[in-house]
Amino acid sequence: MTRITPLEWPVIRQLRTRDSSGRGAAVTSKKTRETSPRTSDADTVVQSICPYCAVGCGQKVYAKDNRVVHIEGDPDSPISRGRLCPKGAASEQLVNSAGRQTKVLYRAPRSREWESLDLDRAIDMIADRLLTARRKHWEDTDQHGNPVRRTMGFASLGGATIDNEENYLIKKLFSAAGAVQIENQARI
Amino acid sequence: MAECHPVGFQWVTEAKQRGARIIHVDPRFTRTSAVADRHIALRAGSDIVLLGALINYVLTHDLWFEEYVRAYTNAATIISEEYQDPEDLNGLFSGYNPEDGTYDKSTWSYQSATGRETVGEPGAETEDDAAEPHEFGAGGPPLSHANVRRDETLQDPRCVFQVLKRHFARYTPEMVEQTCGISVDDFTYLANSITENSGRERTTAFTYAVGWTQHAQGAQFIRTAAILQLLLGNMGRPGGGIIALRGHATIQGCTDIPTLFNLLPGYLPMPEAGQHNTLQTYLDSIGSKKQKGFWANADAYTISLLKAWWGDAATQENDFAYDYLPRLTGAHGTYQTLERMLRDELDGYFLIGQNPAVGSANGRMQRLGMSHLKWLVVRDFSLIESATWWKDGPEIHTGELRTEDIETEVFFLPAANHTEKAGSFTQTQRLVQWRHQAVTPPDDAQSELHFFHELGKRLRQRLAGSQDSRDRPLLDLTWDYPTDAHGEPDPEAVLAEINGFHVSGPDQGEPLSTFNEMRADGSTAGGCWIYTGIYADRVNQSARRKPGQEQDETAAEWAWAWPANRRLLYNRASADPQGRPWSERKKYVWWDDEQQRWTGKDVPDFPVDRAPDARPEPDAGGPAALAGDDPFIMQADGKGWLFAPHGLVDGPLPTHYEPPESPIGNPLYGQQSNPARIVLPGKDNLLAPSALQPGSEIYPHIFTTYRLTEHHTAGGMSRFLPYLAELQPEMFCEVSPEFAAEIGLEAYGWATIISPRSAIEARVFITERVTSLTIAGRRVHQVGLPYHWGVGNEAVVEGDAANDLLGLTLDPNVHIQGSKAAQCAVRPGRRPRGPELTKLVEDLRQQAGLTVETGNERLTVPWGEPQDQPRGEQ
Repeated sequence: MTRITPLEWPVIRQLRTRDSSGRGAAVTSKKTRETSPRTSDADTVVQSICPYCAVGCGQKVYAKDNRVVHIEGDPDSPISRGRLCPKGAASEQLVNSAGRQTKVLYRAPRSREWESLDLDRAIDMIADRLLTARRKHWEDTDQHGNPVRRTMGFASLGGATIDNEENYLIKKLFSAAGAVQIENQARI
Repeated sequence: MAECHPVGFQWVTEAKQRGARIIHVDPRFTRTSAVADRHIALRAGSDIVLLGALINYVLTHDLWFEEYVRAYTNAATIISEEYQDPEDLNGLFSGYNPEDGTYDKSTWSYQSATGRETVGEPGAETEDDAAEPHEFGAGGPPLSHANVRRDETLQDPRCVFQVLKRHFARYTPEMVEQTCGISVDDFTYLANSITENSGRERTTAFTYAVGWTQHAQGAQFIRTAAILQLLLGNMGRPGGGIIALRGHATIQGCTDIPTLFNLLPGYLPMPEAGQHNTLQTYLDSIGSKKQKGFWANADAYTISLLKAWWGDAATQENDFAYDYLPRLTGAHGTYQTLERMLRDELDGYFLIGQNPAVGSANGRMQRLGMSHLKWLVVRDFSLIESATWWKDGPEIHTGELRTEDIETEVFFLPAANHTEKAGSFTQTQRLVQWRHQAVTPPDDAQSELHFFHELGKRLRQRLAGSQDSRDRPLLDLTWDYPTDAHGEPDPEAVLAEINGFHVSGPDQGEPLSTFNEMRADGSTAGGCWIYTGIYADRVNQSARRKPGQEQDETAAEWAWAWPANRRLLYNRASADPQGRPWSERKKYVWWDDEQQRWTGKDVPDFPVDRAPDARPEPDAGGPAALAGDDPFIMQADGKGWLFAPHGLVDGPLPTHYEPPESPIGNPLYGQQSNPARIVLPGKDNLLAPSALQPGSEIYPHIFTTYRLTEHHTAGGMSRFLPYLAELQPEMFCEVSPEFAAEIGLEAYGWATIISPRSAIEARVFITERVTSLTIAGRRVHQVGLPYHWGVGNEAVVEGDAANDLLGLTLDPNVHIQGSKAAQCAVRPGRRPRGPELTKLVEDLRQQAGLTVETGNERLTVPWGEPQDQPRGEQ
C-alpha cells in the first residue's frame, strides 16, 4: 500500500503532475509503475510465421530461459505489417496452454485407459509395426503383372501446418518404404 | 475473407479506401459482407450458373478484351468435329460411358494444323491409354505437339470462341434468378461492376476458398472463373487473377512438396502401374519434347529428384532407380483409404497434425474406420478427438462401439510447435517464409523432422544386411542429415537438398541457382524443381527479412516465392503482344527494346530474352518453342485455355449440375448431377434422394458448412486454447427468421439437424445473415453450420461436429469431397442421447426409403435418346 500523504490526494496529484485530463501519471498506481512489458526482459526474440491460416503473417517470438513468454505481430512483414488476428494473437497459448500434452501416451488393445510410455520405446514399437504391416501387405505386381513394388499395409494423413522440410522427409521415407497411401489436408 | 483470412483482408480494405468496389458472393453474410459494397447471397452449389451467366453476358455484350483474348488464349483454336456439347446431349458431353461413369475424351481434342486428325496426349495410342487426372500432377495435361489449327477470325463454328458462346447461351440473368436465387438487379450490378473494371486500365480479381473447391465438381467452379478472367484479360496482370485463399499455414507447401498420393515433389505425377512401367513411358506422359513450355523438361526434373533420393544408387544403367518408386493402381486418396480401413485391409495409420474424427467429412465413418486399425499413431499438441474416440467418441455414447472391444493400439506422440523448430511454410501466394527456432521442445515433444528422421534410421537399422530387393529403396535412400545436440536434423540441410545441387562437374556440391540448370544425365540432384533457387549461393533465401517499409509493393527481398522468386505468375500477360504495358496505370512487366530483355517490377515469368515478335522454329519443342507472345508458359500450347481439350475428366467446359444432394431439379439439363462424380456407396455413407425423387421431402433443406475467425479447422489448434474457446464457446446453427418461424425454432434454444449419416444438435442463431431463397418457384431454406466442434473430453469446449452430417461424394478431377451443399431435416430441441440417436437417424432413412444405391446413380437422362428439354418433364 502506498503511504497516504496529502500530496497523494488525487486533485493535488493531478495538478502536481500537470495531468490535466486525469488519464496519465496522476492515475497510475504503484503496481502499474512497477509493471514492465513481457518483452523487455526476454533474452531472445526470433522472427517467425503464424501457424494458422495461409496468409503467412509475420510473428516475433520472445523467449526467456528457453520458454516462450510472448508472441506479437512483426511490423517488418510486408504481408501483415505487424497485425495478427485472434488466432495468431492467441498463439502463445498454443505453446504454453495447460491442455497441451507433452508426454507420450499409449493405449493397449481393449484397454479403457492411457498408460505412459518411454519415447524411445514408442518409436521402436512403431518401427516394428510398420515393418510388419509393410511385409504383410506387400505387392510386387498388380493383377496384370505390372510391377507395383509397394505396400498397402499402412497410410498417413498429415495436417497442413507441417513444414516443407518435414513433408519432404515424410514423402521420401514412406515412398522408399513402398507406401502410396500418403495424404494431406490439401485433399480435404 | 475477413472471416477466415482477417489480416490479409487489410489489403482489401485499403483497396476499398482507394476506390475499389468489393462484392461478396456467399450463401452467408460474414464479416466480409459487413464491409463489402454489396453482399449477394446465392444458393450453395449454384456458382457455375452465376459465373456462366457472367461469361454469357461478356460474350453477348461484346465486352471481352479482344486483343488479349485473340493473342493469349485458345479462342481461335479449332475443336474436333466429333465434339458434342451438353446443349446437344441434355447435360452430357460426347464420349460418356454409362458403365463406369467416365468419359472417352478423344472428341474434346484440338484439330491438328496438318489435317483432320486431332492432337492427343503424347504416348497414348488409344483413348484407353489416356491418363486419368490424378496422373497429371498439376502441370497440366500434355499435348503430343502444339501445331494446332486456328481460325484467327473467330468465326469458324468449331473454334473455341464459338463453342463457348453456344455452351453458355442459356446461362441468362433469368436463369440465375431461378437457380441461384439472385435478383436480376444484383446480377446486373455484379456484371457491370466486373466488366467496367476490366480492360487496359483496370483489372478485377476473384478470391475464393473451399467454398469453391469442396463440391463434386469443384475444379469446374474454378475453371468457370478462369474462363471469365481470361475473357476479361485479368490473368497475369497486377490486381487481377483468381486468388486461392488457402486455409492452413503451409497447405500450399503440402501440395508443392506433397504428402499426396498422386504427386511427387514439384507436381510430378506418381507413376501408374501399366502406364508408366519404364522411366521413358513415365516421362513421355508428363510432357512431350515437341510441346511448348517448361514441362517439356520434365526428364531433368524427374531424374534430379531420383538422384536426390537415391544418390549414387541412381545410375544411368538402372534408369536412375526409377523402379524404386512404388506404383499407383487408380486412386489411393484419403477416402479410398478409409474404405480399405472399414474392410480391415489397412493395419496402421499415421495422423500427423490432423483430426479426421472431426475435420473430415462423414465423421462417424472416419471413427468407425479407425476402430478397424491394428495401430494408430497420432502426433499432435493435445489429445484431439482422433486420439480419444475409443474412449469418449460419439459411437461410445450410442453404444455402436465398446471400448473393451476395440483392438486398435493407439500411440499419442507429442509434437513440437512452430516456435520450437525451424523450417519453412509456403503461404497462399507461393511465398516461402522461414521460421527461426525460439526454444527447444518440452519433454517428449519432437518436430516431424526429428521423428521421421529417427523412424527412418530405425527402419534402416532393422533392414541392414537384407538381401531382399524390396528393401533396397530404404537402404539406398540418402538419409544422412546432420543433427544437433538434441538429435534434431538440420532443416537447412533438407532445404538445400530440396533446392538441388551439382552432383558432378566443376561445381560439384554447389547449390543450383535455377531449375534451368537441372540435367537429365544424373549430373544434378534436386528434391523439388520448382523450389530450386531457394538455396542459391548457399543462402537460405526464404529467411530474407528486408522490412516491407524499405521496399516497393512487390517486396521481392522478403522471403522467396517459387518459381524463381516470381511474385505474379504468367506476368508476361501484363504487357500487350508487342511487349508494351497495357496501360501506364497497370504497368508491371514489359519488353525493354534497348536491353533486349523483359524487365519490370517483378521477375519476368518468361524466357527473359525472348523478344515479343520472336517466332519459334517449326520443329522446336519446350521453352524454345514459346513464341514471344505465348505468356502461359506451362501450357502445352502457350495459351490460356478457355476450352480444356485435355486434363479434366468431367468436361472440357464447366456445366452446371446440382450437388449430389439437392432438393432442386437441374433447371438446365435432364442430367441432375455431375455424371462423372466419384461415388462411394455403402451403408455408412447413405445419400438423400435428390429433387423430384420420392423421399427427398424427408430431407428438404440445404445445409452448408464453414469456419469462424476464432477457430481453426477441426479445433485441434483452437478449442484447446482458453482464449479462443472463450471467444467462440459453443456449436450453433444459423437460420433465417422465416425458417425459424416456419418450424418453430427458438432463438438461443436448440435445433437438431438430421442427415442420412447422422444427427447433431446446435444452438439456434436466428439471423438475416442466412437467407431463405425462392428457387424455381419454391422457398428453399439454408442452414449454416460452423464445423469446428467435436465430441470428446479433452478440449476446453466441445460440441457436435457438423462434418458428421456430410456424406462422401468426390470431385472426379481432384478427389475432394463436396462439403458445401447437402440435404437435411431440422427439428426444434436437443437430439436424443444414447441408442435413441441412432434410432432417430434410422427412422428418417426408412421414411425416405434410402438404400445404398440412393443418390449414387450417376446417369439421370435416358441413355441413347438425348433430349433437349430440361428435367421436370420426365
